[in-house]
Amino acid sequence: MSTDRADDTSRGEKGDILLEMKDVKIDGFSDEMWHPIIKGVDLTLRRGEVLGLIGESGAGKSTLGLAAMGFARPGCKIHSGSIMFNGIDLMAATEDEKRELWGSRIAYVAQSAAASFNPAHRLIDQTVEATVGHGVNDAEDARSDAVELYESLQLPNPDMIGARYPHQVSGGQLQRVMTAMAMSPRPDLIIFDEPTTALDVTTQVEVLLSMREIVDRFHTAAIYITHDLAVVAQMADKIKVLRYGVEVEEAETDAMLEQPKEEYTRSLWSVRALEKPEVDSDDIILSVNNIHAAYGGSVKVLDDVSIKIPRGRTVAVVGESGSGKSTTARVLTGLLEPMSGSIEFNGEVLPAALRDRSKDQLRRIQMIYQMADTAMNPRHTVGEIIGRPLQFYHDLSASARHKRIVELLEMIELDESFIDRLPSELSGGQKQRVCIARALAADPEVIICDEVTSALDQIVQEGILKLLLRLQKELNITYLFITHDIAVVKAISDEIVVMFQGQVVEQGLKSEILAPPYPDYTKLLLSSVPEMDSGWLDEFVANRDAS
Amino acid sequence: MSDQESAYSAAGEVAQKRVRRSAFERAWIALKKAPFSAWFGLIVIICYAIVAIFAPLLSPYGEAQVFAKADAPWAMFGGLPEHVFGTDQIGRDILSRLIYGARNTIGIAILTTLLSFAIGGSLGLVAAINRSWLDQLLSRAVDVLMSIPSLIFALMLLSIFGSSISSLIIIIAVLDSTRVFRLTRSVAANVVVMDYVEAARLRGEGLGWVMRREILPNIMPPLVAEFGLRFSFVFLTIASLSFLGLGIQPPTADWGSMVRDGSRFIQFVAYDWTLALPSLLPAGAVALLTVAVNFMVDWFLHMTSGLRDEH
Amino acid sequence: MHPVLTTVLQRLGLGFITLFFVSIIIFSSIALLPGDFGEQVLGQTALPETVEAFRRELGLDKPAWVRYFEWVAGVLQGDLGTSFSGRADSNSDRSRAVVELIGPRLWNTLFLASVTALIAVPLSLFLGVTAALKRNSFYDRSVNAVTLTTISFPEFFLAYGLIVLLAGTFPTLSNVTADMPLGERLYKIALPALTMTLVIVAHMMRMTRAAIINLLASPYIEMAQLKGVSRSRVILKHALPNAWAPIATVIAFNLAYLVVGVVVVEVVFVYPGIGQLMVDSVSSRDIPVAQACALIFAATYILLNLIADIIGIVTNPRLLHPR
Repeated sequence: MSTDRADDTSRGEKGDILLEMKDVKIDGFSDEMWHPIIKGVDLTLRRGEVLGLIGESGAGKSTLGLAAMGFARPGCKIHSGSIMFNGIDLMAATEDEKRELWGSRIAYVAQSAAASFNPAHRLIDQTVEATVGHGVNDAEDARSDAVELYESLQLPNPDMIGARYPHQVSGGQLQRVMTAMAMSPRPDLIIFDEPTTALDVTTQVEVLLSMREIVDRFHTAAIYITHDLAVVAQMADKIKVLRYGVEVEEAETDAMLEQPKEEYTRSLWSVRALEKPEVDSDDIILSVNNIHAAYGGSVKVLDDVSIKIPRGRTVAVVGESGSGKSTTARVLTGLLEPMSGSIEFNGEVLPAALRDRSKDQLRRIQMIYQMADTAMNPRHTVGEIIGRPLQFYHDLSASARHKRIVELLEMIELDESFIDRLPSELSGGQKQRVCIARALAADPEVIICDEVTSALDQIVQEGILKLLLRLQKELNITYLFITHDIAVVKAISDEIVVMFQGQVVEQGLKSEILAPPYPDYTKLLLSSVPEMDSGWLDEFVANRDAS
Repeated sequence: MSDQESAYSAAGEVAQKRVRRSAFERAWIALKKAPFSAWFGLIVIICYAIVAIFAPLLSPYGEAQVFAKADAPWAMFGGLPEHVFGTDQIGRDILSRLIYGARNTIGIAILTTLLSFAIGGSLGLVAAINRSWLDQLLSRAVDVLMSIPSLIFALMLLSIFGSSISSLIIIIAVLDSTRVFRLTRSVAANVVVMDYVEAARLRGEGLGWVMRREILPNIMPPLVAEFGLRFSFVFLTIASLSFLGLGIQPPTADWGSMVRDGSRFIQFVAYDWTLALPSLLPAGAVALLTVAVNFMVDWFLHMTSGLRDEH
Repeated sequence: MHPVLTTVLQRLGLGFITLFFVSIIIFSSIALLPGDFGEQVLGQTALPETVEAFRRELGLDKPAWVRYFEWVAGVLQGDLGTSFSGRADSNSDRSRAVVELIGPRLWNTLFLASVTALIAVPLSLFLGVTAALKRNSFYDRSVNAVTLTTISFPEFFLAYGLIVLLAGTFPTLSNVTADMPLGERLYKIALPALTMTLVIVAHMMRMTRAAIINLLASPYIEMAQLKGVSRSRVILKHALPNAWAPIATVIAFNLAYLVVGVVVVEVVFVYPGIGQLMVDSVSSRDIPVAQACALIFAATYILLNLIADIIGIVTNPRLLHPR
């Protein structure tokens, strides 16, 4: 097969309607009952067009994407509506008829490439399996075409990589191989289901780029599912916003970014609108001096890390997975004893091990976790969770405790009625607020925040960040804020520490770090974060090629 | 942005709201939705419990009371009317021995299971939290003990210590506690790595508080289910050992040895099937209870795992 | 060295260490015997010199580690010691070597277990896989309900139930002898083999079903479906290569279970196997025989689990094709 098959017009002209879904309703089974997941959504996609499908967790975007193939996961069923693909009624089609389409005319790219490749087979065999199985191409041509696809997706050693097994290549490479697999039969439509969500930003930008190039080149229509508007802005011609299984709005990409019709759409990038004015300070409350640390005494994860944290300010530690930012927090809390180096708190050296620290030292440094779900004992009520530090550190009587719990709940914008609730009866944002209240109950001076907003939807993130800023102003608390999200960094920090492979690349005021001249890594990290502008990816390529 | 702020409030964020009910109400609601098998299991277990507790009141004669006529068949197959299920080889009333057998067999099995949980559960919990040489030592020791099939191991130990009720209980409890240890350790290890346990440790809480308040409440459902399974396993092991003549010894009535006593006529069953009844009846009593317990556990597991999906 | 080989060697080493510890446990049981044991075995009338000689034969006058190595050396050369039985109430020794006692019976037990395994393994794999593929169908639910009931039954209940139902067709006493032709032998063991098959199939079918359902829930199976791969190809090409390890574990677990279940079933049907020998030796407190039987059972058990783990290792693509 040669690559000019894309110009083959026998299957229709660019601009013809390829997929048309009308009033699609999908139900999911849970709690011994069927509940609606998609409540009547229309979707039209033309040949060669890329549609971004965006929404927060629970919006039903993946379910809708799979329904475009006529597929429903176990526990889901397409209840009613019509799905016409290229003149074929997928609602009426038999399993065999749909199977004929899947992997030849419609292809799917899953979120987790590592789990979606069969560990027992070579990549090339999996790449061409559908193409050869459906008789689109014979084995030999399909293989040589796959190598060409690997090459155009900028995989290293395109001739050799197909002979490898899934566990032998990295996550970013696997995601590209999966794109090649989807493209191999030259389908009319590809469904991308959050394909870059699990990747680090610097990897994500490369994968995005190669996916967009290959979709452009073969004029393939695509549905691109994601929760990140900035990512989809680079890929899509038009964007559809979903919420609770209902369409909020649909518009051309640029029009939506400039002039969203609905307030909800704007809230999808609400965190980007926050920016805290930085304040300089020399009053250092906590300093980390030349820490070296390793897990199990052998795998070195921190290499000469020094950080200074000024009182009443926010220091954001940024870096990708494996940069050592969470390990730094573990050393600070005493969970991991460093091999060398020291921690000074209020001018005194803090014992390295948790068990050697006094109750008062423990009280002054509190921690908030990424997953509020696992940070609270599911069997304790909100009152017990917030009340325990009050009793443990301050030895308050039952009535004084109750009064203080209500005060703390008011501080985090919740009311007294929450006292008897269990964590399972709270929403994601409320859980994180209760965790904040638990930290506040100790009257701490420093709070370590470990990716506290990254599991939350944008509008909830915004609320939490505003709360943290207000508390800092009122109580003069110091934050050490660990995150990988540059938008969050802009929103909350005074100073920034950039970490890479266990080392501090640089530390300084926000305005200094976020402005040139950059060290190489900081530059790559900052430039890889997609912006809310459909031309950003082109600019990224232009800048990269220029330098 | 200002109108958005007024529209959004943390307290108004949609969360799962549930009506809080008492434990009894919740159990009743769950039972109403329970399948037939669970109801069957529950009723059978309650009946067995009543028989075991009130054995002296329910049984027509004493446990070891001997009557003149030995080996009488069932009353309905032409036996004496005062012995519904007939008498055994030395003339004891089979019905009375069945009723006392419930008390002895079930009582010993429950004692053994409790002991096994006390040993295995506490060591498993300690190993999960400790995670050092103690965990290694206990885990390896359990691996070795578990590589000998437990019935075989029990047989060997019984050959050394002899078959008394106390040695029976201790031997089986110790052997069975290896399985309780493994389960407790693996369930607790999953809880120990949770952030809320780390939060408690960072707060400076002592080991006792962490174990009692943070870990134990969260590992109860699987442990309760395991208690049911271990009970039926222990119960079957004791019955099997007694059947082999190495468990509970006469004159104490128990179902396993009753099966053994009844098996003397087994080669004549081809000519008269009622000869199998003295064996089949106690064997059926054992089988019915284990089936009932397994049905209950199956339902309980289904229910608790279903609750977890909800979150 | 290739990672597969390294892992297999590690696993073999672990199995060997386990066996070593198990042998120590079994051996030390003799040290736990009460002091007047000699009198108990030889009878009240035994002369003090005989008792002393007996204690010397057991080696109770030597340090424990010396006795252990002598015992292990003996076991490795096929010498499992001498039975205690036939010594009581006379001062002449009519006891027999343990090996002589065990040999023919071990063969009988292996025969019964193999016949059962030959029926039970294919049957339960078939039932388990089909139930998993037709999950939640009427077929699946009924097979499930029946097996949940069967696994709860003690072996002797199943055995007596089968006797009542089939006593007219098959013999209720499985008294096989060494010179019996194969056909008659099979006829004699029909009921014990059937009893054990029922027990094993129930366990094994449920475990196979769970393993296959777990496998079919993998994202790569969904991916294969979404590539339009045919149903049979999904099973054969995508599920099967990853199914060897769980299936091997299920088979080994149940064969090990079979080895234990054999004890009760042999007693019910008076089958001259090693299980019954062990029960007899325990009730007569014939320690050398009980020890030897326990060692054989434990070694079989360890070996079966070892084989399953090795199958899991050599079929693991992550180990077969290292980075």
